[in-house]
This record gives sequence, structure tokens and C-alpha cells, in this order.
Amino acid sequence: MFDSLWTYRYFIFSAIRNDLTARFAHSKLGALWVIFNPLAQVMIYALILSNVLAAKLPGIDNKYAFAIYLLAGTLGWALFSEIITRSVSMFVESANLLKKINFPKVTLPTIMLGSCLLNNLILLSVILVIFTLLDHSFSMTIFWLIPVTGTLVLFGFGIGLILGVINVFVRDVSQVVPIFLQVLFWFTPIVYPISIIPAEYVSWMSLNPLVPIIEAYHNILMYDQAPDMTSFLHLNVIGLAITLVGLLMFRRASPEMVDVL
Amino acid sequence: MSILRVSQLGKSYRQYASELIRFARWFGLPFKPSAEHWVLNEISFEVLKGQSVGIIGKNGAGKSTLLKMITGVLQPSTGTIQVNGKIAAILELGMGFNPDLNARQNVYHALGLMGHSHGAIDDAMPDLEAFAEIGEYFDQPIRTYSSGMQMRVAFAVATAFRPDILIVDEALSVGDAYFQHKSFDRIREMKEQGTSLLIVSHDLSSIQALCDKVILLQNGGLIMEGRPETVLDYYNASLAEHQNQKVRQVEHGVNKVQTISGTGEVTISKVELLDHDGQCIEVASVGQELTLAVGAKAHSNIEKLVLGFAIKNHLGQVIYGTNTYHTKQIQHKIAAGSELSFLVKFPANLGVGTYSVQLALCSSDTHLENNYEWRDLAYVFEIANVGRDFFAGMAWLDSAIEVKKAS
Repeated sequence: MFDSLWTYRYFIFSAIRNDLTARFAHSKLGALWVIFNPLAQVMIYALILSNVLAAKLPGIDNKYAFAIYLLAGTLGWALFSEIITRSVSMFVESANLLKKINFPKVTLPTIMLGSCLLNNLILLSVILVIFTLLDHSFSMTIFWLIPVTGTLVLFGFGIGLILGVINVFVRDVSQVVPIFLQVLFWFTPIVYPISIIPAEYVSWMSLNPLVPIIEAYHNILMYDQAPDMTSFLHLNVIGLAITLVGLLMFRRASPEMVDVL
Repeated sequence: MSILRVSQLGKSYRQYASELIRFARWFGLPFKPSAEHWVLNEISFEVLKGQSVGIIGKNGAGKSTLLKMITGVLQPSTGTIQVNGKIAAILELGMGFNPDLNARQNVYHALGLMGHSHGAIDDAMPDLEAFAEIGEYFDQPIRTYSSGMQMRVAFAVATAFRPDILIVDEALSVGDAYFQHKSFDRIREMKEQGTSLLIVSHDLSSIQALCDKVILLQNGGLIMEGRPETVLDYYNASLAEHQNQKVRQVEHGVNKVQTISGTGEVTISKVELLDHDGQCIEVASVGQELTLAVGAKAHSNIEKLVLGFAIKNHLGQVIYGTNTYHTKQIQHKIAAGSELSFLVKFPANLGVGTYSVQLALCSSDTHLENNYEWRDLAYVFEIANVGRDFFAGMAWLDSAIEVKKAS
């Protein structure tokens, strides 16, 4: 599997680049739409919720504190939801290609992941520009985003791969996933601080692996603090386990996929 | 040397009572599929280096499934495929093209998809661009192309590298006549350089022109393998195979197999080629007046009878053919036991070589309904050049050359 990724490395890079350039081809703003979507969401939430929730954000005295909080959480969430959404459809959308050309299927999730990470990097740079405009400072601490993103990718890629493989055989998955994402979004502290959750439910919230990850995004981008990496050890183990299960299912499903596509 | 060896190949599509059972099997649980649907069974054949093999069969015979397994897109359920060399497939032209990218970017993408390295694509690019002949459009997004131009690029991509075996599925006739000739030449060139071909096509004449061997598939099984004329004649005859017709083939001289099929209400009782003295001959000279005498005998009462005949060259290509439907000489109301005799007069305006006569007795202009008897190689004769100046080709056109010299 890894041999073929190496052989196809140029193809993977050019496919990721094509993915981006093709978006510029027709629309005037091209790939910027990738950015506008999450930013527009942030603006809506900021507009509607800032008066309700801004007071609950402790420890920061920027008047745009709530917008900064939203941007920080959105960066993580946008990556996760893009990986999941694109994973679910990646094999089904490439059905024609898979049926006509013999190429390693593992390139498809790789290209998808590369493209999502690239989009996320663009989103991060735009967010940093906005932070500067809002007079919010950031430091070298943002390099902590690299391991945190790594953990997030383990979860997103693993779950996405499992869902993508199952979706080839049971197409209902593609209908269920948007609902699942919607629910997960509201059960993760992105538009609200975790401090507003009543104490007796907080332990339930911590079952959601995205909670510590998004909190780490908040710590890094908002409070300029290194995240508490001790809690990430078991997250990484679980994420890795999910990814391995996903890879196993993908390997076993590979010979049967084209039969049903 | 065998470049491709397919043995005992079979493909079944499995169905499961529930998809959960399929998933459980991935984790090693010993569940069985609820139904298996076999689309190919026990296919074995071999392609030698430089050999061209055609695969024919009706829709649903399993041709495309077979090609997909050989290219590796589909996994076989049983049997093995052994490939000794590089394999390239044209299953569909223009796969993996993105309309918003220009031809150059698409070439990198599509060839990358086929596993070629960046450096190799760089090297192939100038030739590829020259072959496609679309000029400055090469750097425009391909959504602005005409479909013919897209096909040119797609064909250039598909044949950019010479493989050891090239698999083609119904993709030979692309673009305008000029490009068709060019792409045909490209394939022939590869063949001359030692590439083996494996072709699926419904265009039987291109199969005949390109292939050294033809494989006939029917209902997922390989039912015949052999010389193109033999297999194509059998296939043509079997196309009419309903209404309990029988198809039989008999050895006819060296390396020739005669195919006879039909329902048998009327049979051919006599076939002779006569010169103008009424003598039966087997060798005729170029331009000689000939008469093809065909006797037919009715075994039951029939409404309509049409005789068709065709003269084929040694490759099995039809040089000329017509029937009494087109000449408006349909015979009506023929009683059982009666005998008819048809005399077909024609000048032998043919090139030097051997020719065969193909005959059909049926009720209309096609042999697909009421095919009473269809007979390939009903008569074989030779044309020799006696007393004419030398000429090349399949037809005698009796040309005259006038030369004028300006002083």
C-alpha cells in the first residue's frame, strides 16, 4: 500500500494542486469560497450570539473576544467536517474511474486528506490575518497546532475511511452523515464556551473526543497557551486504533468495491 | 513467448442476505454469500508476443468483464491471470480528464493515474502534443474543445507509451476520417514493434483486419477460439441462432472451415462456377465472364425465398455481395419438393488471389429471420492474371493511362 503511494507521489501532488486550481477556473473568487463559507458562519454566530455569550468568556479583554473564540474553534471543526464529508463520497464519486482504470485506490483518501489540509492551511492564514486586524496577538505557540491537527486528522481520517468504505455498499451513510455532523457540531464547544454546560453534564461531554481537541485550538489561538498534551496520549491511541480499523476495512473491501460501484 | 496467460478464469458477483454479513466477512467471520451470480466461467487462453487477439460475442457475453479483469480493475473470483510485461488499456477514452484544466495538465493527471512518472511524462509530452495536432488549443481548458479534439488528446494519451500488451475496447474509431487512419496506423505501428493487442469490438471488419486469432464468448463461456475467418463465420451464423437452427462447421481443405447453418426448409443442393461454355472451373482469369450456378431444394412449403451471395477475399472481407431481394426477384409460394436454379452472371473483375463464395437462402434481405440455409465457403476459386498487364489490388478496374508530353 505504501509502495504504491510512493510510486504515485507525483500523481497525488498534481491531483491536490488540480483540485485547487480547478476551483479557480470558473468562479471569480475560486478557492476563496472554501474560506468564505466558515467565515460567514462565524459572522452569523458572532452577530446573533455575541451578546448572549460574550460575557461568559473569561480571561480575555478584547471586545472581539467572542469572534476570536469562534474562529479558533471553527478552524478545527472545518477540517474535521470537510474530511468526513469528502471521505463519505470519495469512492462513490470516483466510481467511473475505479471501473475503468487500474490505479491504487489508496491514492483517493490520500488526495482527499492532502486537499483538506491545504484548505485548512489557507483558512488558518486568513484567520491569522483577521486576528491581526482585530488586534489579537499570537506567538510561536501556534506551532502547537501541528500535533493537535495530527490528532484531529487521526480521528477524522479513520472515521471518514470507515464511513466512505461502508457508503460504497450501503448508500444510506451519505444521508446520515450530515445529520451526525450537525449533532456533533452542537455537542462540541465551538459556538459556546464549555463553562456554560451544567456541571453534571460535563463528564458526558468529555466522551466526545472533539471536546479536548477543540479546547486545545481555543487554548492555542485564543489564550496563547500550550495545550495539555497528557490528555492527548489516550486520544492518539484511540484515533490510531480507529484509523487502523479503517485501513483494515479498506483493504478487505478493495477487491469487492468495483463489483458494486 | 506468452505475454498473457489466462487460465480457468471465472467471475461471480456475490450477494449477501445483509450487508452486515459482508462486513463481518472482512473481519474473518465465516459467513457464506446468499447468492452467487456467475458472469464468466472457466476462460482460458493465451496471447503470444506480437499476436493480436480479438474478442467477440453478443452483448452480455462477458467481454468487458474479461477485459476489466485482465487490466486489474476487477478481481477474478477463480483462476489466474499472468501478465509478462507492461499492460495498457483503452477501456474508455478521456478517463480522468478534468474539463477545467488544459490538455497539458490533463495529460500529466491522466498519465499519472496510469502510473507513469513525472519524468517519463515530460519526455513523452512533445511527441504527444505533436500527435494530437490541436495546435495552441493544447494550453486551453479542454471544456472549450470540440468532442473530436478531446478524443484526439485522449487517444494520444492512451497510446503515449508503447506497452507490451494493448487492450482496446470499442475505441478505435475516434474523430474524423483523417484521425481515424492516424490512430489505426499508430496501433499497427505498435503491433509491428512487438506489442500484442487484445481487442473487443462489434466492428467485425476491423477485428478481421487486425487480428491473428479471435475468441468467441457466449453466456460467459469461451465457446470458440481460432482463425478470424472461421470464428467470424461461425459467429455470423450463430447470430441467427433461434428457431432451432443448427450451425455446423466442416473442414474444407487446408486451414479452411466451412460453416453451414439454418433451419433447413430449403437447402442448397448444388454450387458451381461455370465459364461461358458451361464448364465447371476453379481457376478463372481476370475479367472473364463467369456464371455462379446455385441449385436449391425446398423440403416444405414456404412463402418467400431470397438467395443472397457474396464473394469474399482470402481474409474473409466481402468484395461484393447482393441478393434477390435487392434485385426484386423474390420467389413466392414455393411448394415442398420443388427445385430452383439460380444463375448469377458476373465478370471476374477481381485482383489476383483466391476467393470464396458465401451463400444464403432466407425470406428477406437479412439472414436474421427465416434463415433457411447459410453457407460460408460454398465455393472456392482462384483468379489468375492471364494476358493482362500487371496490376495490384483486389479489383480489376481496367484503367487506361494517357500520357501527354509537352514539348
